[in-house]
Amino acid sequence: MAEICQRGMYKTFPRSGKNTSFTHYCPGCGHGIINKLIAEACEELGLQDRTIFVDPVGCGVFTYYYWDAAHISAAHGRASAVATGACRARPDAVTIAYQGDGDLGAIGFNNAFQAASRGENFGCIFVNNSLYGMTGGQMAPTTLEGETTTTTPFGRDPSLTGHPLHVCEVFAQLKAPVYIARVSVADTKRIMQAKQAIRKVFEIQRDRKGYALLEILAPCPTNFKMNALDAAAFCINEMEREFPLGVFREEGRGMGEEERGKGEEERGKGEEASVLSLRPVPHAASCHDLFLEKDAAPAAVDDPSFPERRFKFAGYGGQGILSLGLCIAEAARLERRHTLWFPSYGPEQRGGSANCSVVVSGTPIGSPAVEHPDVLVCMNQPAYERFAGDVKKGGIVIVDETVPVETRPPEGVRLVRWPAIRMAEEFGVPKAANTMMLAALKKLECTGLSDGSLEKSLVASFKKKPALGEKNRELLRKAEQTEF
Amino acid sequence: MTKFVKSNEAVVMGALYAGCDLYFGYPITPASEIAHGAAKWFPMLGRTFVQAECETASINMMFGAAGAGKLCMTATSGPGFSLMQEGLSYLAGAELPAVVVDVNRAGPGLGNVYPEQSDYTPAVKGGGHGSYQTFTLAPASAQEMFDLTMKAFEMAAKWRTPAVVFADGLQGQMMETVRLPEREMPRPDFSSWAAQGEPATRRNLVKSIYLDAAQQYEFNLSLQEKYSRMAADAMSESYMTADADILFVAFGISSRIARTAAEELRREGVKAGLFRPVTLNPFPRDALAAAAKGRKVITIELDAGQFADDTRLNLARAGLGAEAAGVKMVNRMGGVLVTVEEAVAAAKEVV
Ligand SMILES: Cc1ncc(C[n+]2csc(CCOP(=O)(O)OP(=O)(O)O)c2C)c(N)n1
Ligand code: SF4
Repeated sequence: MAEICQRGMYKTFPRSGKNTSFTHYCPGCGHGIINKLIAEACEELGLQDRTIFVDPVGCGVFTYYYWDAAHISAAHGRASAVATGACRARPDAVTIAYQGDGDLGAIGFNNAFQAASRGENFGCIFVNNSLYGMTGGQMAPTTLEGETTTTTPFGRDPSLTGHPLHVCEVFAQLKAPVYIARVSVADTKRIMQAKQAIRKVFEIQRDRKGYALLEILAPCPTNFKMNALDAAAFCINEMEREFPLGVFREEGRGMGEEERGKGEEERGKGEEASVLSLRPVPHAASCHDLFLEKDAAPAAVDDPSFPERRFKFAGYGGQGILSLGLCIAEAARLERRHTLWFPSYGPEQRGGSANCSVVVSGTPIGSPAVEHPDVLVCMNQPAYERFAGDVKKGGIVIVDETVPVETRPPEGVRLVRWPAIRMAEEFGVPKAANTMMLAALKKLECTGLSDGSLEKSLVASFKKKPALGEKNRELLRKAEQTEF
Repeated sequence: MTKFVKSNEAVVMGALYAGCDLYFGYPITPASEIAHGAAKWFPMLGRTFVQAECETASINMMFGAAGAGKLCMTATSGPGFSLMQEGLSYLAGAELPAVVVDVNRAGPGLGNVYPEQSDYTPAVKGGGHGSYQTFTLAPASAQEMFDLTMKAFEMAAKWRTPAVVFADGLQGQMMETVRLPEREMPRPDFSSWAAQGEPATRRNLVKSIYLDAAQQYEFNLSLQEKYSRMAADAMSESYMTADADILFVAFGISSRIARTAAEELRREGVKAGLFRPVTLNPFPRDALAAAAKGRKVITIELDAGQFADDTRLNLARAGLGAEAAGVKMVNRMGGVLVTVEEAVAAAKEVV
């Protein structure tokens, strides 16, 4: 244990359960030095009140004992996701995630990488000590080739476990980060450089410039099974050979930048500009403004004298089956009936077939499933074959005349064949076959809804193209003149 | 005033009225419309929508946002809900308010996108590690998708606990009329414990770790004590139960099938009623006992019997051993619904 009572830290560490001024780190541990540098930078820049530290699971788990600022202690690997949530929730805060090389490089790699790719507004301080410290010196993605750990007892064999993961180099391929660098805390000179880099991470957050990643090479004497001096030398002689120190991205410029520039040139000048563009987000002042300005209607009223009616509409996708159902539902809503609509969904739609169910009732609706419709509308043969047998006694089946009716519907069920598709074509609007079906529903008086609301609802369903709404109303009336 | 909306969208509206400031989510059928609605409406109101890289990320982003003192949510379905269990345990362990909507699809594994209620155990009993619970609500209509999402935020904040809105694939897709409230809920103040990046919250610490066994024990006791107090907020609905001989017990979409079956049975002269837990945790045990005493109980459910077992357990705990022993079940799995006929036939068999 090392005594490092410093600026930016609590004087003693009661959160550890003891009134001590010793940290829990082993003597010579890189974490101890880094903790001190972070606390100093935060204090020197006057950011303690604004900072939210996100602590990892690993040997850095107890930084909340030390740093005098607000903390959120994350799950193993998730500090970058947690920091994303925190910095999105508190855009004015300085959010700093602290992660080990197992935490960031293994279990949480994608969370860290994706946060960097999104350019989240937090700084990530990533401690690479080439292994899992807390759990007893196992291999990390950063473990060096040939390095002995408790899970590579014969040295890390790249043919079995791959090569060390270069986090900075990988992250430097991303567009969003504004700063990516690797430093070390293995000797005094390096510690001074590390201090400057840590300050920079805080400054970037203070100025809300974007995402920053700072990798810090750190000794773990305990699991290296070395004394502090040898562990520091291992950092310099072995780790730096694999992980060269340096700046990979500065103020948004770095290796990735140049690469991307090249691509632009290679594509040549003759090409057209991209058709993709951002659009401004419309602003709403309140939920009320957003939801109740349009299509609000008075609530349903209970009327037990209105018998419940169950509808099924089925056909091919693109025949306007879902809209036809919605039109009935909307008309019912206009008449203050209880109404329910639901579509077939999922892979079912992909085969090209579509169906929807509608229930209209004078009292609150129980089961949403339309097992036995009172009214079935079929625009194609598969729909007829699938559902006609289920229609309730006294019910009605309306099929397009193009559907070959090979089996009759059950006894007591009326069958009506109606030239919806042909009429729509004759009127020159083939897409309006569903409106032609609505005409049949109206004419047969099988909806229990008034002509007025059905027409109103039809027109309203074209609210984005009012001209089409009027056209459909006209077609609807024309179709009704047709005799069965 | 009312709107005619898809249930999944009603969830987003409810969240916005409840003061939810951040949405984190990963797409999955049949919950995706919740993300679609959130992606459109959250930014329009100046709030935050983030598409996460996976559900593990979603739930941990929520840990960060809730830890920073803001109301936040996600919505998912079975596979995503499984991935969130570790995070839910952490949220419970750090006593953070947050809302997860699970639109249950058929499982196990990839299953299919049709309705089931088979996530019952993780949604109701706490599916992650450790002895924790969630406040779990089971909507049965678009109106309740709205109301209970709002309620979930209220309860999450009141009890400092993750809350689960437990729906199913069919409900998610259904459109119904939803009455919208006059006012939005005021934002709760979490500055006494949250890490807000402000001077007043500088010494706040959000964590779920207690290294000392005795301290962890104490914390666990305090959690359990909190959960027992939560029982006061249990909600349920009893329909035609006063003189019933047969009692259907069902929640969510199954309760609506049971409701129609009970009405059908009444028309045929069989006295049937319905008891519907609206909160599954806390379970409305006393109300169930009042409705079930001396009656034949039939559960209607879309799982393998997890809910029937819980009904038996609650009846037995309420001292109704005979009723518990007599519980019958009508169930379906795989995305197939129980039909009204099946429920009616089961009731007739028992009379
Ligand atoms: C989900 C999960 N898996 C495993 C663990 C156990 N665990 C705790 S810390 C750790 C590795 C820590 O290594 P590293 O991130 O390199 O940090 P260091 O201790 O070296 O600083 C592991 C595997 C855990 N807490 N949670
Ligand atoms: S085990 Fe290694 S990393 Fe952990 S505190 Fe000890 S020296 Fe530091």
